[in-house]
This record gives sequence, C-alpha cells and structure tokens, in this order.
Amino acid sequence: MDRTEYDLIVIGGGPAGLAAAAAAYDAGERSILVLERDTRLGGILNQCIHNGFGLHTFQEELTGPEYAQRYIDKLTEREIEYKLDTMVMSLGQNEDGTKTVTAVNETDGLLILRTKALILAMGCRERSRGSLNIPGFRPAGIFSAGTAQRLVNIEGYLPGRRVVILGSGDIGLIMARRMTLEGAKVLVCAELMPYSGGLKRNIVQCLDDFGIPLKLSHTVVRIEGKERVEGVDIAEVGPDRKPIPGTEEHYDCDTLLLSVGLLPENELTIGLGAEMSRVTNGPVVDESLETSVPGVFAAGNVLHVHDLVDYVSEEAAHAGQSAAAYIRAFGNSEAKTKEDVRIPVIFSGGIRYTVPAFIDPGRVSKWLKVRFRVGEVMQNKKIVLYIDGEPAMSKKRRIMAPGEMEELVLTEKLLQEHQDMKTIDIRVEEDM
Amino acid sequence: MNTVELTCINCPLGCRIEVMMNDAGGIELVTGNSCHRGDIYARKEVTAPTRIVTSSVRVYGSRDGERMVPVKTASDVPKGKIMDVIRDLAGVSVPCPVRIGDVLMKDIAGTGVDMIATKNVD
Repeated sequence: MDRTEYDLIVIGGGPAGLAAAAAAYDAGERSILVLERDTRLGGILNQCIHNGFGLHTFQEELTGPEYAQRYIDKLTEREIEYKLDTMVMSLGQNEDGTKTVTAVNETDGLLILRTKALILAMGCRERSRGSLNIPGFRPAGIFSAGTAQRLVNIEGYLPGRRVVILGSGDIGLIMARRMTLEGAKVLVCAELMPYSGGLKRNIVQCLDDFGIPLKLSHTVVRIEGKERVEGVDIAEVGPDRKPIPGTEEHYDCDTLLLSVGLLPENELTIGLGAEMSRVTNGPVVDESLETSVPGVFAAGNVLHVHDLVDYVSEEAAHAGQSAAAYIRAFGNSEAKTKEDVRIPVIFSGGIRYTVPAFIDPGRVSKWLKVRFRVGEVMQNKKIVLYIDGEPAMSKKRRIMAPGEMEELVLTEKLLQEHQDMKTIDIRVEEDM
Repeated sequence: MNTVELTCINCPLGCRIEVMMNDAGGIELVTGNSCHRGDIYARKEVTAPTRIVTSSVRVYGSRDGERMVPVKTASDVPKGKIMDVIRDLAGVSVPCPVRIGDVLMKDIAGTGVDMIATKNVD
C-alpha cells in the first residue's frame, strides 16, 4: 500500500502546481505529492505550441511545452512524488487541522489521503456556448478555441475548413493563425467589446499577418445548420452591447470557435468551504496566498486568470513558500494563538479586484506583489497606494487595459515603516 | 513615395504607426509612434520583418501514445517565408523518441534555419 499521509498535497500539475511544489521543496519541505488529472504534467502549456513564454522567467522566448519541461525537470530533479491520471473528487477539513483529499485513478482505485497543507492549482476552463445565449440548433462544428487547439496540436485533427471566431481573447487569436497555417480559411474574428482582450502582439501576428479582419463591437446572432454548422450571422452591437437590427452579415462556414473568457475551476474549493470572490471566481486570499481555510493556499488561474505564465510561476512559488512555512509551524501552539491581522486592501478608480484581498504586514518578507485588473481601457493614470489615508507610493501608467494584469510591489521596508497601519487603499487617479 | 501602416506590438497602447517609404525602398519618415521602441519596431517591420514559426508534425512509435510533436524554427525566418516553411512540413512524420532541441528538418524551405522539436516525446 502506498503512503497516504503527506505534509503537502498540490492539486494540479500545470504551471502553477509544478512551480508551487518545487518552491515548497526548496523551502525545506520534503513530504510532497502532486495530483494531476491528465496523463502528463504541464497542463495547458502542452497544447500552447506557439512561442512567447518565459521572457520574464528565463529571459528567452520559449514555446509552451519547452516552458513546461523546465518545471517538470525541477520536479524530477527533486524527486517530488506525483500521480497522473488522478482525479480529485473532494477536499475536507479534519478537527486536528489536517485535510483529507479524496481522489481516484486506475491503479490505486479510491485514494483517501491526509495532508497538513494543500495548494490549489487547478487552473481554469473556458466559457462555453451555453453561457452565451446564441439562438439556433446544436450542430457539430462549434468548439471552444482551446478544444480546437488541443485537437490540432495534440490529437492532430483539423476541426474545420471555413472558420469564424467569436471573441478575441488570446487563445482565439492564436487559433486564427494556427488554423490558417493548417490550411483552413479563417473568415473573421468578431469581438463583442469595442476593444480586444488579446495582446497587441497577437492581433498583429495572428490576424494582420494573414489578412484576417477583426470586427470590434460585433457578435454572432444566429448559427445556421442542424447537423453541422453551415453558416453564422454576425451583427454590430450598440453601446448597450445589444445587436443593432439591420446590421446582420452572413458568413458561410463549417466551424465556429469561441474564445469568450476563462473561468477558474473551483468546485473543490467551494466544496471545502473557502470564501470566494464574486469578481475573480477564485478564492479570497491573504498576503501568503492562504484562503479562508487555514493551511489551504491557491495560485495561478484557479485564483485569478493570468495573461502570462511567468506570473503564474512566480505567484505559485510564493504559495509554495507560504505552505512550507505553515507546515513548519503546524501543531506549534504559539503559531496558533498568534493574533491574526487582516487589513483589507481597499481599491477604487476602476480597479476590479486585488490579489491578495487582505494583508498582514508582519507576514511579508522582502516584498509583496499586489496584482489587480482594471475594468476598462484607461490612459494617463497613476496608481497611488495610500496607507492610513496618506500617499505612500505612486506609479505612473500611460495605459492600462482589462486584458493586462497590473501589479504594485510593496516592500518589506515600506510595510515595516507602517507597522501599525489600519488601512491600505489603492486608487487609480488622473496623472496631470 | 508610399505609406505603410502598422500597429505597434510593444505595449497595449498599440500605436498606429505610418512609415513613409521612398521609391528606392528607403524609410523617409516614421510617424504615429509615441516612443522610441515604436520607431525601432516600425523600421524593422517594413524592411525585414521576421517571425519564429511554430507548428506540429506527426510522430510514430510513441510509447506514450503521442501522435504529434510540436516544432519551431530554431531562429527567426523572413515573414514572407512562413507559408513555405509550413508547406515543407506537410506530410512529415518522425520516429520516437524525440528530445527538445532535436533537429527534425535541416534548412527548412531554403531559409538556412533548422526545424527543431519543442517537446520530449517517448
């Protein structure tokens, strides 16, 4: 019988889980298990065969599989235990502070594992057609962009020949190029919003390079075809994002790809009873990336959807270090009686959320990155941090967009200078 | 004299840059950029645009049941050669095992650049 007790179990073997496990090991933790539901480690990076990953982490441009391999190597070099093809069914809390992980796979059958700490690294999934309310039948030929990406890059199938893409998220843009290179004709990319959620680089190199039009403020209003998609109607939308009658244009196509947003995958987190954010759809965490359940940490796209894997790796390493520190103090009564300081991060001026949502300044070592997103495109602004109502630091931003995560670095020194702070407040203000 | 329009890729601002070219193909004027990086990008993009090309090719004999291995050009190739590179990859099938960095095709489409594997497949 395999062992069933660990100090740390990491759920998910994608970029977040791999970086978290390696960082926990490097912080001195040795009893670690990573659980991955796919048959390989690396998560979504396996199908992201385009380049542009790792500029921040490795100062070179890697493809997704190459980036993943660097972290898989870290796991194997450290001989960290992992199980593939293993689906976690539920998480539970025990009275002694440990957690129970119930999982299942083909070799072990049902696994009931116990651990002192947990790192949630389950990633996210794509929004599907069901959440869009597009009228029509349910013919074959409608795929999420990520599904099409998997079919082309991993399974080796081309899902269609004449393609319309709804949504201009990065995966949709990447797939516009990928399908074109594989011989399909991509007719148009329609985006509901007046701006694209994708990176400029992808708009230029995936659409412009191949003459694929991007129609902003447009959406699909009808899908034609009963067995297979035969065409779609695209209409312009007004400022209320409702289709404008009379603007419909018909496209003959056999495939519709949807790139309409990502949702953190948190069924396990909710089952565990962790407090959730309605904005990010991820758990609410503090400066240690600890959820409202003690000893349970979260990082990567399960916490909030990222644009760059480099930031996922960095965030996850932080969660790994925090989990290692928690395990060291586990069962130590002194640690338990320590009074919890929870200063909420208040924000305004167009910021939608911050991660973390709470800060205990005494638990920050070296520095703390506060990450956030704004709700609309903004120009010539500054981000100002107020501590107890006094401006403590400020950063100019020429442009901010919802598609690009922002960050503010709070140094240990800054936090120590304000040890007895009562409020932390981040505001976006006009930069005169 | 003709004008080439570009979208700068350096930041989310996405400046619309106009490059005025003389009949000899030389750059006369770069306008619309709001920083130096835009100027550098525009000059490169109108004179010698390049891209890394990524794709995937079939593998056979995979112990793990993999069907495809992802590949990339070992360095940038001229933008105009992208489709030639892709055409050269059509029908290619390589034996396992494959390691990251293995050269799967030399001098693809006459670019002088090799096509290398970007994933380990056993």
